[in-house]
Amino acid sequence: MSETFEPVIIGFTCNWCSYRAADLAGTARMKYAPNVRLIRLMCSGRLDPTFVMKALASGADGVLITGCHPGECHYIEQNYKALRRYLLLRRVLKGMGIEPERVKLVWASAAEGMKLAQEINTFVEEIRALGPLGWNRKLAGNGHKVEEPALEVAA
Amino acid sequence: MSEKPKFAMYWSGSCGGCEIAVLNIGEKILEVDARFEVAFWPVAVDAKVKDVEALPDGDILLTLWNGSIRNEENEHMAHLLRRKSKLLVAFGSCATEGCIPGLANLAPLGEIFETVYHTISTDNPQGIHPQPVTQVPEGEITIPALKDRVYTLSQVVDVDYYMPGCPPESHQIAAVLDLVFQVLEGKAQLPPKGSVIGAGGSTVCDECPRARNVKTIKAFRRIQEVAPADPALCLLEQGIPCNGPATRSGCDARCPRAGAQCIGCYGPAEGVIDYGARLMTAFASVIDATEPEEIERILDGIPDPAGQFYRFNLADSLFKAGAPAFKHNGH
Repeated sequence: MSETFEPVIIGFTCNWCSYRAADLAGTARMKYAPNVRLIRLMCSGRLDPTFVMKALASGADGVLITGCHPGECHYIEQNYKALRRYLLLRRVLKGMGIEPERVKLVWASAAEGMKLAQEINTFVEEIRALGPLGWNRKLAGNGHKVEEPALEVAA
Repeated sequence: MSEKPKFAMYWSGSCGGCEIAVLNIGEKILEVDARFEVAFWPVAVDAKVKDVEALPDGDILLTLWNGSIRNEENEHMAHLLRRKSKLLVAFGSCATEGCIPGLANLAPLGEIFETVYHTISTDNPQGIHPQPVTQVPEGEITIPALKDRVYTLSQVVDVDYYMPGCPPESHQIAAVLDLVFQVLEGKAQLPPKGSVIGAGGSTVCDECPRARNVKTIKAFRRIQEVAPADPALCLLEQGIPCNGPATRSGCDARCPRAGAQCIGCYGPAEGVIDYGARLMTAFASVIDATEPEEIERILDGIPDPAGQFYRFNLADSLFKAGAPAFKHNGH
């Protein structure tokens, strides 16, 4: 199983730092694991824990949250908000019996293409060691269809 | 045969509080009886399942369903009443979002049975462990098997309307019944299918009279540890984990008005996809700390995060359950 398991990782990046770090890694021809699918946000403070929950519930094995170093947020202090949400989210995941290590927060400035590439590689191996989460298969495993987010309640 | 439209109410995996809430509407209950023929309402009238089965499909105008789908019988009845009803309302928190029974989704089935039948608080000297099928001298008897986890009504059948609350407030039930009466008289129209009825479109905070300022939380404390809590100030601001910011309005902020924190029984506010995630955002935003160690120390004040954030909504959350609930099916 572990030989063929390629983790699916969703990476949330900040427009001002980590997305540019990923861009820099690309233009500098640095290689990093292709398991991560990057999604650009304007700021790590935009990261609603819903995004992480949805990624994990829909089949991702891990979620990487990236943002500007403390004190360097383009929006002054929103990365601290991301940090607090991240620490709280990990506790909730643990309470639900899910390894909190499946979610990771990494700071990377626009100049740190190499650091981001290394962090991605490290995280992919950490998730590979944890094994698949497969939440969408868990939900589908009893004959009930995998549902879209519960928008019908809020409609 | 009566010409009156038919009404039904059913109680599945829930505590029964919703039935009490309906009776709490006072004299209006007489109007229900005057306007409707009660076709099926096990708590109130003596009708049998076979009576429902004998009805033509769609013959019941309005069915209020309270309770989660916990076992095979619940599911069977949901399909039956869906078929026989024109309007099926998920009535109360259990039916709309799983409610407290949904917290069973944090544990594997085996553990639930173990706790209920074989722990020290249970007087069960013979060690009886119920089985779906049992052989007795008279033959074979069956009881409904539990489903692998707790489901909401809409996860099992098509639902027309959602009425949140644990239980729905009586004045909201009365208002919904008034609307139904007006629809029957042709004076009003039904809301679009899938609507949340008997509730507001905002949050509990919006209905809460307590004063709100910029929140800076240095510690979370249980309400009994805050003595005395300021009666006029936002509870969350006082470090009491109040679920108002993510919870749908409609209850008139009953708990905060009475000095207790909102626990979230009206479910997710309008537009919220995952109740717990929205509440996490709200709490994390107002914690006044930037160092990880300090943040962790403050978060220690929420001893049961999964319970705090998914007390009513787990079965309807994006995850629907905790990982242990899936142990039995080979994952």
